[in-house]
Amino acid sequence: MSGNSYYSRKLHSLLGVIPLGLFFIEHALTNYSAFEGGPEKFQKSVHGLHDLPLIFFLELILIWLPILYHGVYGLYLAFTSNLNTSRFSYGRNWAFAFQRISGVITFIFVIWHLWQIRVQVALGQLTIDEFGAKMHEIMNNPAFFVLYLIGVLAATFHFSNGLWAFLVSWGITVGPRAQRVSSRVCMVIFVIMAVLFILSMAAFRGDDFASASAALGTLRQLS
Amino acid sequence: MAETATAQRTVRFIITRQDKPDAAPYTEEFDIPYRSNMNVISALMEIQRNPVKADGTKTTPVVWESNCLEEVCGACSMVINGKPRQACSALIDKLEQPIRIAPMSTFPVVRDLVINRERMFQALKRVKAWIPIDGTYDLGPGPRMAETKRQWAYELSKCMTCGVCLEACPNVNDRSSFIGPAPISQVRLFNAHPTGEMNADERLDALMEDGGIEGCGNSQNCVRSCPKGIPLTTSIAAINRDTTKRLFRKWLTN
Repeated sequence: MSGNSYYSRKLHSLLGVIPLGLFFIEHALTNYSAFEGGPEKFQKSVHGLHDLPLIFFLELILIWLPILYHGVYGLYLAFTSNLNTSRFSYGRNWAFAFQRISGVITFIFVIWHLWQIRVQVALGQLTIDEFGAKMHEIMNNPAFFVLYLIGVLAATFHFSNGLWAFLVSWGITVGPRAQRVSSRVCMVIFVIMAVLFILSMAAFRGDDFASASAALGTLRQLS
Repeated sequence: MAETATAQRTVRFIITRQDKPDAAPYTEEFDIPYRSNMNVISALMEIQRNPVKADGTKTTPVVWESNCLEEVCGACSMVINGKPRQACSALIDKLEQPIRIAPMSTFPVVRDLVINRERMFQALKRVKAWIPIDGTYDLGPGPRMAETKRQWAYELSKCMTCGVCLEACPNVNDRSSFIGPAPISQVRLFNAHPTGEMNADERLDALMEDGGIEGCGNSQNCVRSCPKGIPLTTSIAAINRDTTKRLFRKWLTN
């Protein structure tokens, strides 16, 4: 890596929380609207986002570029780390190892998920009105459901534990007590976020999204 | 009185050896006669006196480094039963047997258990872990240090550059340029000193370059491993705070 690695590493740490962490929370809430209000509320949330002004630039600057940088530089960071949990089986060292493992899983999952949804929109194969139906299709494939579950749990852990590390790396939580408290808060965040995602995954399996899926099939035959 | 023939109790050692810096490591086993209160160093001394392996064949004596024998010099660091620590304070009675001994291979191995800790001393030079007071005239007495501050700073001054924290750190390896926990804690020590504080920014700048403080991945193995109980992760987080402040000050005031 060229340049001063202090700045590139700090940028990596910052982007993980702002904007990616904030986007991650937004994504969890949008999905959760599927559980709370079914297809109607979910599609409303999706539209609310897509109707934002300058949506292309918002996506590019707040999502695409940060994911690309955080993901690629993160792979390099994972490569420069040893996993020595067999010699030092302490909780924080396990979290260190899982942070890197979950990061790699999340990066692969995000690429696959983007291919299934966002790239298909870009290619004109999918419209934003069909998101609920598309998710219904994916979630009713048992293999996909398991892969999504793994991907979602990895991403949620990576976000929550990354938040803990962010607080240390920027010098916000300094002493052992502060770091212990923040690790508990981050574990609570992990549980809440995981529940939000899993409930929305279950909601997408529901029959109300199936009728949307059937309508999608009819539309496809007509076109 | 009839003599009762009891078998001499022995302790089995499995030692990782290496003949030259670039040679391949191999292990040899030794049975050392047990004596009460013996430590790993006295066992190695026994091998030095009588370099015979467990199978009865002669070998070269195992080479190691040690100095103070009271856990203050940092010379006898080695990996004992998987954990890096000082051999002088590793009591045989408290170790699981057979006892496995290996060099701290994060550092270049010179021979057997002898390693080269040069990178640690280079790191101390890089972060200017000293207080510059030499000059052409008497500078007079420096500012006083508050007793409350002296108490925690004293804990940091116990660092003996033994290298155990670097061995335990998953981010100190040949793919990473991370400086390691020990020198970061020394920056905190010298920046806490009322006279040393006058050069605080120079030390922070040294950690805000390639292979500086950013290499820390928060595995926190260092603080669990330090034989002197130095709060290394608190030092790292405190210097994270200072470097963050320095970063924004540099951006906003220049």
